[in-house]
Amino acid sequence: MDLFPLWNSLRISLISTVIVFFAGIFAAYYIAKIPRMLKGIVDVILTLPLVLPPTVIGYLLLKLLSPKSVLGAFVFSIFGTRLTMTWWSAIFATVIVTFPLMYRTARGAFESFDETLAYSGRSIGLSNSFIFWRIRMPNCRQGMLAGTVLSFARALGEYGATSMVAGYTPGRTATVSTTVYQLWCTDNDALAFQWVLVNLAISFAVLVAVNLFEKGARTKAVKGGK
Amino acid sequence: MSIYVDIEKTLGDFRLEVNFSAGNEILALLGASGCGKSMTLNCIAGIVKPDRGRIVLDGVTLFDSEKHINLPAQARRTGILFQNYALFPNMTVLQNIRMGAKREKDPAERERITQEVIDSFGLKELINHYPHQLSGGQQQRTALARILVSKPNILLLDEPFSALDSHLRFRLEQEVADILKKLSKTVIFVSHDRDEVYRIADTVAVMNNGSIDVIGEKKQIFASPVTKTAAMLTGCKNISRIRRLSAGRIFAEDWGIELSAEDAEADHVGIRMHDIAFGSRGDNTFKCNVVSVTENPFSYTVMLRPLQAPCHCIPIGVVCSKAEWQSIAADEIDISIEPQKIILLKG
Repeated sequence: MDLFPLWNSLRISLISTVIVFFAGIFAAYYIAKIPRMLKGIVDVILTLPLVLPPTVIGYLLLKLLSPKSVLGAFVFSIFGTRLTMTWWSAIFATVIVTFPLMYRTARGAFESFDETLAYSGRSIGLSNSFIFWRIRMPNCRQGMLAGTVLSFARALGEYGATSMVAGYTPGRTATVSTTVYQLWCTDNDALAFQWVLVNLAISFAVLVAVNLFEKGARTKAVKGGK
Repeated sequence: MSIYVDIEKTLGDFRLEVNFSAGNEILALLGASGCGKSMTLNCIAGIVKPDRGRIVLDGVTLFDSEKHINLPAQARRTGILFQNYALFPNMTVLQNIRMGAKREKDPAERERITQEVIDSFGLKELINHYPHQLSGGQQQRTALARILVSKPNILLLDEPFSALDSHLRFRLEQEVADILKKLSKTVIFVSHDRDEVYRIADTVAVMNNGSIDVIGEKKQIFASPVTKTAAMLTGCKNISRIRRLSAGRIFAEDWGIELSAEDAEADHVGIRMHDIAFGSRGDNTFKCNVVSVTENPFSYTVMLRPLQAPCHCIPIGVVCSKAEWQSIAADEIDISIEPQKIILLKG
């Protein structure tokens, strides 16, 4: 069994999770502060990928990134590389698809944060960035971890947009999910089943982890509220 | 040490408009919930930005809308103690207090002042505890220690005892009052509890619907509250609208009785429940029906309606010791009100 698809899926998911972790948290933090009207609109746009079919996201990404597009043509003329059909093209797809998961979980965590902690921090002279990293983030930790793990799991399972943007080239762009589809199409049922088992095992582990984080968050909240 | 506050802030339907100054004293903002007490503190601390006005602390302008000055909360040196104490849940007692000392740049000095405040607040045994492992009183002491180690120029206390159980409250109140008196700094203390305010404060400002109704020395405010709101908030339960009949004679419309009182401009009258005596004495004596009797732990509250009053009138409350009521209990009873116990009020 060639393990390239597993390795490729893991690196795509890890990189996109790092990107989405920061992007999601900062979007959640700053969008909470903008005027309500604008907030509603921005919130809908940022959450849209959660409900759109991945094929629609893939289609839109191709419109934006393919060599025939303005951006794609520009990058090709400068760097001589395509933005699509490489292993890292899948990162564009997974970032867009998983962003709403991180963004919404982070927003929920920030919203339940007791703002008087930040106020009293400021009045004893702590800087805003200190308060963010040492008080706000640690106290929203459980939510952030749950969002991160969920984004990672979703990235690992991404199929629709990935297959459109990165395609399936064995040994180059193949991921676990595209491999399962390809093996099934080519009647290689035994191998497809092995990859299905791999996928199930990873998803199972990730969901158990999410539940443990959430349980941790609840017990902490109960203790804190005594 | 002094503060001057003159601010306006509109938030939806609510409008805050306060103007006061305080020196080296404990000033209490007494008011019902939603009257703008906490918002006033938040404006001083730099958490809420007023629409207009000026805040000056010890000669330093914290906020001035005309000069476009709005110092960040970090630079104001206003120590604010929240109702829930706002201890950082992810840090131990020691770490929480260290946060307060972070302004001090010299690490040795920072450690020294941290240890000093831990000792003086008796927190030594608890330094490795997390906030959720502390009792309400310990949390409050830790929060106060964290604030004081940051060397604030003013102390703002937002309902500091309301989160405590009542049996703890009294002892902690005395502890905190002692600390505040030793500080000799301006303290602004927000509360809706008149007893607490009377015990702790020097000066009382009664707030009503976003503005200060009356402000003055506490004994003065409790003895002659001047306004209806101040009378209610200082615990006066019997309040009636009045009509002036002649010099020294008024008609209390809600009670349906005529009273002899001092002559002053007023549209309401208040009589504290314990200022009414049983038995007939002087001008203001009324024979009353007993409407209801409520037993309190150490007293009785008796509601009475004067016989001469029409039945739509509201009864007058009298509070008396258990022994007194048990000796005189009857369906019909005389009450008398000394004219100097009648508080004349403006709406």
